[in-house]
Amino acid sequence: MSYELHRPRSLDEALALLERHEDAHVMAGATAMVLLMRQGLVRPERVVSLRDAGMSGIRREADGTLWIGATTTIRDAETSDAVRAHCAALAETFGRVATVRVRCQATIGGNLAHADPAQDPPPMLIAIGAEAELARAGGARRRIAVEDLLVDQFATAIDPGELLVGVRVPPPAPGTRATYVKFLPKTEDDYATVSVAAAVRVADGRIADARIALGSVGATAIRARKTEQALRGAAPQQIADAAAIVRDEIDAIDDLRGSAAYKREMARVWTERAVRSLMA
Amino acid sequence: MSRHTIRFELNGATREVEVEADRLLLDVLRDETGLTGTKEGCRVGICGTCTVLVDGRPMTSCLFPAVHADGTAVRTIEGIAHDRELTPLQTAFIEHGGFQCGICTPGQIVSATALLETHPRPTDEQIREWMMGNLCRCTGYFGIVRAIQAAASA
Repeated sequence: MSYELHRPRSLDEALALLERHEDAHVMAGATAMVLLMRQGLVRPERVVSLRDAGMSGIRREADGTLWIGATTTIRDAETSDAVRAHCAALAETFGRVATVRVRCQATIGGNLAHADPAQDPPPMLIAIGAEAELARAGGARRRIAVEDLLVDQFATAIDPGELLVGVRVPPPAPGTRATYVKFLPKTEDDYATVSVAAAVRVADGRIADARIALGSVGATAIRARKTEQALRGAAPQQIADAAAIVRDEIDAIDDLRGSAAYKREMARVWTERAVRSLMA
Repeated sequence: MSRHTIRFELNGATREVEVEADRLLLDVLRDETGLTGTKEGCRVGICGTCTVLVDGRPMTSCLFPAVHADGTAVRTIEGIAHDRELTPLQTAFIEHGGFQCGICTPGQIVSATALLETHPRPTDEQIREWMMGNLCRCTGYFGIVRAIQAAASA
């Protein structure tokens, strides 16, 4: 490892650096970057640290949107009253990431930009319709749904020169309940065999709307649109059949935490459990 | 490789060191400041034996770039006891069998110190959840949990 480190003191300074050096790697909390560099998977010549760029912070905007700045630590998001008031399940999901020590260092934006398919926040952010906000020098900004941000294992739709500056979570539709469950056959701080985030709106004893996303069962966190479709209008006794569809929507491969076939079955089981828990 | 001058408070005293961009806090503490109480275990952020407090929060010093310590207050195991007087938590680790071989103990004590500063009266669940990132291959954890419970109710 031998790189030039930049420590911009503002977002504008950071964006100017990324415009000038499109090959620069961005580092926030550094938990993932240090590991990637140690393993030789990333050999940067230039690193931009966002530590002092003033990009952290959580606020609720006038239209009810929750904004989480990219360098906000996962711990700050987990313990934020604003996050909990907006969506308690989101705060709880942040609280399920690794260990408290890692959550004190790792950031919301770094987690998303890292695009590891086993991470906890992406499925929940997808289930509640969150968007990432990307900026570049000169003031141009664009928003992209988190499900479109994550394009492949460790790959995102962030273009060269662009920086993920924060996450926007829309106000949940009235009556929507959400949950995040993960199947951890080994230890609590391990990556999951499968994880499921579900956001469901119930009306008259049936599911009026559902959004489902899964982690650890594909190259990215995966939104299960066919399962969602089958869940819409479902009565409690129809949930099992709808959840079975998820087996064919995911793209699991064998890994240390389960074979592809096992993961498909566990995706079905945990999707059903997640949805049922929201009907109770 | 760029070099950077960083200034931080280390256990209450101001330190200034020049570090290379990729230098990690763990190595600066052990090699530049001579504070070897912070141990290197797995070096991949799992075991917790290198835990230090940065601005009061537990951090994995083997994953923490030293440049990110610039402007912060760092506390290591050497900065936990006051005037060589053990804290109630440290005493409780001795009294309740909170360690055996001792290699993980600095990290356990530093993590548990942050726990009690955050939750002075933690529930058993809070203790277990907070401490799960500090691995111990000897005690079976019961002694550690008992020690923290005892320190919290002292």
